[in-house]
Amino acid sequence: MSLTDKWMDEELDPELEQALRSFRASVHAWSEAELSRPRAATTWTAVHKRSWRLAAGVALAAVLTVGGVSGGMYERHRQQERAAIAARAAEQQRLAAAQQAREEEEDLLAKVDSDVSRSVPSAMEPLAQLMAEDETQ
Amino acid sequence: MATANEIAAQDFSAVVAAHRPQIFRFLLASTRDVDLAETLTQECFLKAHRNWGRFRGDSSAMTWLMRIAINLQKDHWRNRRMQFWRQARTNSVDLDEASEWLPSGESSVEQQLLARERVGQVWKAVEGLSERQRTVFLLRYVEEKELSEIAAATGLSEGTVKAHLSRALAKVRTELGGRR
Repeated sequence: MSLTDKWMDEELDPELEQALRSFRASVHAWSEAELSRPRAATTWTAVHKRSWRLAAGVALAAVLTVGGVSGGMYERHRQQERAAIAARAAEQQRLAAAQQAREEEEDLLAKVDSDVSRSVPSAMEPLAQLMAEDETQ
Repeated sequence: MATANEIAAQDFSAVVAAHRPQIFRFLLASTRDVDLAETLTQECFLKAHRNWGRFRGDSSAMTWLMRIAINLQKDHWRNRRMQFWRQARTNSVDLDEASEWLPSGESSVEQQLLARERVGQVWKAVEGLSERQRTVFLLRYVEEKELSEIAAATGLSEGTVKAHLSRALAKVRTELGGRR
């Protein structure tokens, strides 16, 4: 190893230097072995592994996407249904309230009518008598 | 008579033949993933080929290529920020497997075991380094680059390179010391 810099020499004790030499030689041996490995086999293995991982990744992503989208659509559909039901209930409530109000009003008018119809005959009786007297004269 | 393009292509082929092993080795040591190192090496030379016409020769071709390789490696990890995908896609060999590549010349079994243990300890220390420290460390102690070359390849000043190397060495020393 060409560790010629002064500051480097100061930092490296013999054991550290030996460890670095071994490390360097090990990495070089590994790299040379990988480079000298038959390309077709390596490439096929790499392609096979990568293809499998890519396919798994794409499938997982597709499942997540479809799940997310369909879940979102289902949730939206349910929200719309809930809103429609609530709107229908509110309309029914409004109609019922209006009906009740109408009925109450009609009851009140009927009560007033009946009160009036009961009081008018006695109140009109003297006038009716006078009218009858005029006719006889 | 060869055209300028043909000459340029021949030049580039020579550059690939001369520097591919070194680029692959650096990427292999950085990632501990043979497939990934191979892919990034191909990307490195593809990128270099596209920009070959613009290479002015301010630095050596090796330094220029190493700079591309370092940036590709950085981009690769940055683009996979989600840890799940990083874990799912990584194909790195473990430290024991990486340490099995023994340097030649260790004669006795004891020496071989000692060398394997040392290599494993250095790998462990390298794994604990920051990305920048690891890059600088590997360029210095695996690729045997001078400080000026490391500075040119990484875009750091020589002082910064020294500082990163010192910290990296301290961590390696600690790892070696812890196993004595």
